Amino acid sequence: MEKFEKFTGIVAAIDRPNIDTDAIIPKQYLKSIKRSGFGVNLFDDWRYLDPGEPGQSNTERRLNPEFVLNKEPYKHAQILLARENFACGSSREHAVWALMDFGIKVVIAPSFADIFYNNSFKNGLLPIALGDDLVDQLFAEMESAQDYLLSIDLEQQVVTTAEGVEMTFEVDDFRRSCLLQGLDDIGLTMQYAAEIKAFEQRYYEAMPWLK
Amino acid sequence: MAGKTLYDKIWESHQVRRNDDGTALLYIDRHLVHEVTSPQAFEGLEIAQRPLWRKRSILAVPDHNVPTTALEQGITDPVARLQVDTLDQNCDKYGLTEFKRGDKRQGIVHVIGPEQGATLPGMTVVCGDSHTSTHGAFAALAFGIGTSEVEHVMATQCLIQKKSKNMRVTVDGAVGEGITAKDIVLHIIGVIGTAGGTGCTIEFAGEAITNLSMEGRMTVCNMTIEAGARAGLIACDQTTLDYVKGRPFAPAGETWDQAVACWNELHSDADAVFDKEVSIDAGEIRPQVTWGTSPEMVCSVTDTIPDPANEPDSIKAGGMQTALDYMGLRANTPFNQVLLDKIFIGSCTNSRIEDLRAAAEVIKGRKVATSVKQALVVPGSGLIKQQAEDEGLDRIFVEAGFEWREPGCSMCLAMNADRLEPGERCASTSNRNFEGRQGQGGRTHLVSPAMAAAAAIKGHFVDVREL
Ligand code: SF4
Repeated sequence: MEKFEKFTGIVAAIDRPNIDTDAIIPKQYLKSIKRSGFGVNLFDDWRYLDPGEPGQSNTERRLNPEFVLNKEPYKHAQILLARENFACGSSREHAVWALMDFGIKVVIAPSFADIFYNNSFKNGLLPIALGDDLVDQLFAEMESAQDYLLSIDLEQQVVTTAEGVEMTFEVDDFRRSCLLQGLDDIGLTMQYAAEIKAFEQRYYEAMPWLK
Repeated sequence: MAGKTLYDKIWESHQVRRNDDGTALLYIDRHLVHEVTSPQAFEGLEIAQRPLWRKRSILAVPDHNVPTTALEQGITDPVARLQVDTLDQNCDKYGLTEFKRGDKRQGIVHVIGPEQGATLPGMTVVCGDSHTSTHGAFAALAFGIGTSEVEHVMATQCLIQKKSKNMRVTVDGAVGEGITAKDIVLHIIGVIGTAGGTGCTIEFAGEAITNLSMEGRMTVCNMTIEAGARAGLIACDQTTLDYVKGRPFAPAGETWDQAVACWNELHSDADAVFDKEVSIDAGEIRPQVTWGTSPEMVCSVTDTIPDPANEPDSIKAGGMQTALDYMGLRANTPFNQVLLDKIFIGSCTNSRIEDLRAAAEVIKGRKVATSVKQALVVPGSGLIKQQAEDEGLDRIFVEAGFEWREPGCSMCLAMNADRLEPGERCASTSNRNFEGRQGQGGRTHLVSPAMAAAAAIKGHFVDVREL
């Protein structure tokens, strides 16, 4: 996993609550056995005017000119702004892979679905939960600005607007340090292999029917 | 000190270690695997050259992509076939238990786990699928995980987890005649909302819940994820034990007694304190129908389609209007004027024998309305299909005009050929009515099996109690 560095990026906003994982990456693309290449099908139903199938070349499909990620400068967005309960629905990690493959590094919303929130950190995507009023404020500022930019500093846990207004956010220490150092979870857990083995011994002695 | 909740008990018994930052390493007993969320995990293990920690914890089955038409035809979609073949190859290579296509035991992962006794009380159960919450019906801590976590469990038998909050939803009193588990859970979601359980594990309690069969309890826990909670739980009782006893993976003989002694503790202590409590009056629950594109957009079939004009919160009202537009519905329309194109009885929410019996009872001696283009019944597993056929249910369905299919996820998420065309409207016993869930542009109304059956006969929604 890549280290999460401080950056300033273009923000794209989708003003909807409950954006679900089917919207983020429709199921037909889950047939892939790879982790990459999902970016062109991010928000597929909203992004294209004609239906898509896996394996099809997306360059021949008609883009929906109204959809934010099809417009300049949002084609290059690195930050996505949305409303509450972002990425509810299925456990598909493809939702995270699609966002990242498109170039999104941070999603800001008032709240996230739990599984998506978890999946994000495993891949280096940072979900930032800000209060409703702050999210409202960002939406309002975006409306009146061209090329709206935000700076994200995970180390300091702050989002900074172009005007220099700072908004701090919460993230647990463990996840933060994994992201900052680009650490792989499995490797970390493997350090405790002896403890896991000792646990198993006690556990199966007490509950032999599970053995 | 206050007593412990059921969730506390299972959590504590599986905690391998606690980290300083409040996370814990949680031991996983059962790992269910299917074709969609596992290939990248197997690939990851291979790249890192890591062995599987405990092969026998895994039970694998293809379900999401498999066609539900005759077996001999094989899988014609090459992309889907590659995914199913990849699962078969991975399972063969590592020597994992898999119920392959054509095996009687194959079916939807959340149906076959309990059916085989592979889900046992007190276990931790995970699967790369959000509806893993289903298994909570057995007083098992069961939740969906992403592919990275699938790989993590394969390699270490553990997950790094942060404990969630304790929430209890108590459904007091008994439900009325004709009200099913599906109506109960849809009603709960309508009350608490799709984010009502975010960050929590929900324990379902109360007379209406304990009165349910295991099938009904699974339906309730299945949709916990639609209420925002990763896991739902129901205490272990005699109903649980009766269901589990004698299943292929369940303990037998002396270890059965030993297990039961332990399982009898699987309930919240009387003095346990919950972070959040909701209580619901079972007597108020009517047959439910969703009208929008989120499971919380639900009301009683006796109501009319809600009117955004009556919603004081303007953001919510806007959301309601967007949903109505997508669904092609007008506010204040009675449900019996909502005409249906397709009917789907199936999915891990409602494809068990009890669901098929309930639908068949409504259908018996009647015909699917001529205006309905397609009505599908997709049993949850090969064994359920067989049992239904032994009971003659398949004939009731077929004579009425339903198609009787092979087991799989089917039109629940439309990864195979079973799907809605743009604009088509479906009464579905599945769990998600998101935009495009059952096919791009498709319109889904979530209902119970009996309500879906009644809608099939009439061609529009109808209160099943009045049929
Ligand atoms: S039946 Fe539907 S909800 Fe259940 S596992 Fe299959 S796709 Fe998911």
